Amino acid sequence: MKYLHEYRDPAAARRYAQALARVTTRPWTIMEVCGGQTHSIVRHGVDALLPDQLELVHGPGCPVCVTPIELIDKAIELAERPGVVLCSFGDMLRVPGSKSDLLSAKARGGDVRMVYSPLDALDHARAHRDVEVVFFAVGFETTAPANAMAVYQARAQGIDNFSLLVSHVLVPPAMATILSAPHNRVQGFLAAGHVCTITGYRDYESICRRHAVPIVVTGFEPLDILQGVLMCIKQLERGRAEVENQYTRAVVRDGNRHAQKMIGEVFEVMPRDWRGIGTIAASGFGLRESYAAFDAEKRFGLDCDANGSGRTAGEELCISGLVLQGVRRPVDCTEFGTRCTPEHPLGAPMVSSEGACAAYYCYRRGGRGV
Amino acid sequence: MAERPPAKPAQQQGNADDRKSSQSAFSCPVSIDRHERIQLAHGGGGELMHQLIEGVFAAGFADVGLQQHCDAALIDTALLGVGGAIRTSGGRVGRELSGGVRLAMATDSYVVDPLVFPGGDIGTLSVNGTVNDLAMMAARPGVLSVGFILEEGLEMATLERIVTSMRNAARSAGVAVVTGDTKVVDRGKGDGMYINTTGIGLVVRDVVLGPDKVEPGDAVIVSGDLGRHGVAILSVREGFRFDSAVQSDCAPVVEPVMRLLDAGVDIHCMRDLTRGGLTSAVVEIARSAGVEIALEEAAIPVSGEVRAACELLGLDPLYMANEGRFVVLVAESDKDRAVATLRSHQLGGRAQCIGTVHDSRDRGLVVLETAIGSHRILDMLSGQQLPRIC
Repeated sequence: MKYLHEYRDPAAARRYAQALARVTTRPWTIMEVCGGQTHSIVRHGVDALLPDQLELVHGPGCPVCVTPIELIDKAIELAERPGVVLCSFGDMLRVPGSKSDLLSAKARGGDVRMVYSPLDALDHARAHRDVEVVFFAVGFETTAPANAMAVYQARAQGIDNFSLLVSHVLVPPAMATILSAPHNRVQGFLAAGHVCTITGYRDYESICRRHAVPIVVTGFEPLDILQGVLMCIKQLERGRAEVENQYTRAVVRDGNRHAQKMIGEVFEVMPRDWRGIGTIAASGFGLRESYAAFDAEKRFGLDCDANGSGRTAGEELCISGLVLQGVRRPVDCTEFGTRCTPEHPLGAPMVSSEGACAAYYCYRRGGRGV
Repeated sequence: MAERPPAKPAQQQGNADDRKSSQSAFSCPVSIDRHERIQLAHGGGGELMHQLIEGVFAAGFADVGLQQHCDAALIDTALLGVGGAIRTSGGRVGRELSGGVRLAMATDSYVVDPLVFPGGDIGTLSVNGTVNDLAMMAARPGVLSVGFILEEGLEMATLERIVTSMRNAARSAGVAVVTGDTKVVDRGKGDGMYINTTGIGLVVRDVVLGPDKVEPGDAVIVSGDLGRHGVAILSVREGFRFDSAVQSDCAPVVEPVMRLLDAGVDIHCMRDLTRGGLTSAVVEIARSAGVEIALEEAAIPVSGEVRAACELLGLDPLYMANEGRFVVLVAESDKDRAVATLRSHQLGGRAQCIGTVHDSRDRGLVVLETAIGSHRILDMLSGQQLPRIC
């Protein structure tokens, strides 16, 4: 793959590490928003190259981690209905609902399919008109255009046995919520590069002004992240707070207007529940009224239980909400690696490879590099 | 997992304040502690499969002779009631030990969708897989049995193609197919066909291999580049069309292994790399041997197209399946000779030393020096690799 080795070059990584050591004069706490960045940081050991005074905390940008437990329960309920095919991205399948997960539902006889794109689910609906195909549409702004496109095509082509179970969330409201919290420790952000390829970064400029924090739109390779951290630290050390773009090879200020138009056609902004964080106003997408026929919650009468009865006896053991807000690290949790493991996750961040707890568990046990 | 501390009691003092302050907003479920039913991940070659083996099979078969932690079992002919009665002539393919000739036996079942994939099919897989398990015990495969489970409606032409593949694979591996069995199940109860093969081979030298022979200082060597089989299967199963079709690495590794033995390389342990990839094999060895193994990411051979496919899907080549690759741990002094010997065979062109065994208090641990020169732990996956959302 062209351009991959270049972003993992050890000599260049050392040069960034030296530059960071030179410019850092006091302790700073930076949050990388996106779970993909968390995964890359831990997988490549990027944080081990940072000066001791710098702390990277891991943000809420892991789609499966913030999907509410009630929606997972609804997905499981749908999967177990006769005549329903529940399609989902792979790493959603092991996330625990209140009693079960989708892989267990599959083992019990539910028709659960792993797909790589909502358009694959739409193809299945087109080819099997006698079943109801539901796509579990989770994710941030990054996955929204393709999900919108699937519904748009379904309506245009009259494929009426297709619907979405929507759990779409937006990054900027979550960042603002973290900064407004009384226990906030975050002094600067690495914004999620892939999200910004869609949305651009105009929305971040007001957050930056209001909260006086530097925000650097950052990519996912080790050198991207090191450069993003360096740009952020330079701002902090000089007392600046601006939006900067490290990921210039993919992101422009206005984002992808075609994708934004498709999102706007199908989705509207609405309040959303974030697992571990709570309800945040105007923080997600729902289907517009004109696409209500493709809303699985309405089609199957699932939207009666908004506040959820999914809480269970053991949930107080999990501190995932604090982990997702950067207040605690996974290793601060007393259940980490003992009662909570990828085989038996107590909370969603232990499931996805993008979840901070799973990343720490897979790459960090044994006291190395923690 | 030996290194994990025991489970703690449910009530902890530590972060009580955190939980209190966050009670209203946080919602996490209790864990699903025990799987009531078999899941696909129980067959994925990762942690769940090991739990299944330890918890059900090892417990069930322990007192009737099950040998664990190896790709194949060694059978002392005394067990068969023939003791030292079998004598070998010439000593080329057999060697009498105190208990008699040593035989190795391995069995494996093959379920693959689709039946035909770039670089092979379920037939080549079913011969090479079992043959390779035997080779890992330094045994030269001699005979195979074949069991077919066919689904009603399977096209005869497909079956004939698979049988031809098996015949060709058996010839390449130098193994005779001596007995077989066939069953047919109702339509919808099998993916076209399943195959089981069982093989018996003769341990060719009086070498004793296994994790318990691994020593600090040993070199860790892979016999070729990684991840081809996994990517080849994914590319056809999921309908991805990459620029160049990745071919499965499916092949018998008997000859490269025999060359190592003939060259007198001081081999301590071998594992073929199948489900769970390099990582699962190396972690298994480190745990069984009670050593720490350090691997160097930059040295691990992965082709450009496999790396690109994995990056695209959010998968890690170090966990991808292989069907014609193995990892071999040799004495440090024989490292260069082992690599050169492997490279002398066409399958081993990209053989490479990728790490070292250390004596450490972190026993059972595998540590990877990452491409950027940092360090992280490598561990088995829970079950299968699941592609990421974005």
